[in-house]
Amino acid sequence: MWHIIQSSTPQLLAAGFKYTIPIAIISFIIGLVIALITALVRLSSKKGFFYILKAIFRFYVWLFRSTPLLVQLFIVYFGLPYLKIQGIFPNGIQLNPVIAGIITFSLNTGAYCSETIRASILSIPEGQWEAAYSIGMTKTVVLRRIILPQAIRISLPPLANSFISLVKDTSLAASITIVEMFEVSQQIAAQNYQPLVMYSLVAVYYAIFCTVLTWLQGYLEKVTSRYVTTSAE
Amino acid sequence: MLKIENLTKTFGNHQALDHISTTFPENKTTVIVGPSGSGKSTLLRSLNFLEKPESGHYHFDDLDIDLSKPVSSSTILNIRRQTEMVFQGYNLFPHLSVIKNVMEGPIYVLHKDRATAKKEAAELLAKVGLAEKADVYPAQLSGGQAQRVAIARSLAMHPEYIFLDEPTSALDPELELEVLKVLLQIAKEKQSMIIVTHNLAFAKQVADKIIFVEDGKILFDGSEPDFFGTDNQRILDFISAMTFSDLEE
Repeated sequence: MWHIIQSSTPQLLAAGFKYTIPIAIISFIIGLVIALITALVRLSSKKGFFYILKAIFRFYVWLFRSTPLLVQLFIVYFGLPYLKIQGIFPNGIQLNPVIAGIITFSLNTGAYCSETIRASILSIPEGQWEAAYSIGMTKTVVLRRIILPQAIRISLPPLANSFISLVKDTSLAASITIVEMFEVSQQIAAQNYQPLVMYSLVAVYYAIFCTVLTWLQGYLEKVTSRYVTTSAE
Repeated sequence: MLKIENLTKTFGNHQALDHISTTFPENKTTVIVGPSGSGKSTLLRSLNFLEKPESGHYHFDDLDIDLSKPVSSSTILNIRRQTEMVFQGYNLFPHLSVIKNVMEGPIYVLHKDRATAKKEAAELLAKVGLAEKADVYPAQLSGGQAQRVAIARSLAMHPEYIFLDEPTSALDPELELEVLKVLLQIAKEKQSMIIVTHNLAFAKQVADKIIFVEDGKILFDGSEPDFFGTDNQRILDFISAMTFSDLEE
């Protein structure tokens, strides 16, 4: 068994560092940007055009939270090539599997994280807005200087949850022909007839990646919580 | 000069402000008193547009605002940059150190450079007796210290008016005293202030003008000696209740 672990580890880690980790990191960063925009639009009190925009974003969050991630991946990668629109996409939308994966993972994680960010902004006491407004700050400055820095601290644990989920969910990318870590473990298992060893081994590597993320979360929580103390000086 | 005419504000069926008209003289301290729920806090918050009255007129220097119409956000920003609010719950920014709380407005609203803002903030903290607390976070302050920082934060904007909404109601008497001393000092320097308070002893010392509000209406609007020398039975009852003078009987 030691021999199997030794010989397959380089291939697994290579796939992990080439696909699993980059896809997870890039998708999460794009997802966070989408999430922040979605949260801010949905919290906006503006009327008119924003009303339609809010409805669109609400629909987006509903759609991606209500359908399975695997189905979303299939639609984007296998389905969109059949979306033939005269003049715009005469041959359908054909995406490289990695791009299709990143688009789907970003939109999926963006939908979940937007709710996290929205809730964390709502949890900041009204008095913070009032104090900032009474100084004469515009809404943008209040958000940037006063509300978001406090909301980030609150949203860190649930955002880390989403990131850790995403790292594991990238294993679904195997189903759209991406040779990421889980796909490699399947290929090796098919050759050496050792599914128990191979799938347990890949599980250990996912666990190691996620453990590193958990440490990172702990560090970030410490940094962003410096101003919170329970005891008086 | 700040002047309001026929200010009205309702919350559901409750008429919080009922055609209130008065003036708040410059370089003077106006104290608003009245029982809980009388509308005095709503009145103060309306002056800074944290509440939007439904009708009435708002005069501030050259501005004349008809409150029955929508007020543009640039007008509100303009007024807020010249008036500051001090809250009962301090509302310091917890993620910023004490000195950064004071520097925030000058840097991000008045666009002063960091060095100037820091120097002024340090002077203001010294003025409220908290020079040594510049680099701690608000969570490490006592209530009295936090409120003095909030006062320094409002002074940093060089406002025409400071509105104080029950600034010492959350403090025990000892801490209240350290805040009141700071406010008396500021009043002596001719800073225009409007203070909502339950502390009549303090009102007597600091007020140039007193407004008594009940059920959203003004029952008294005049000088401090006239208020305490009134023969209006309702106000006499209020004064005796607030100063516990009935306990001796």
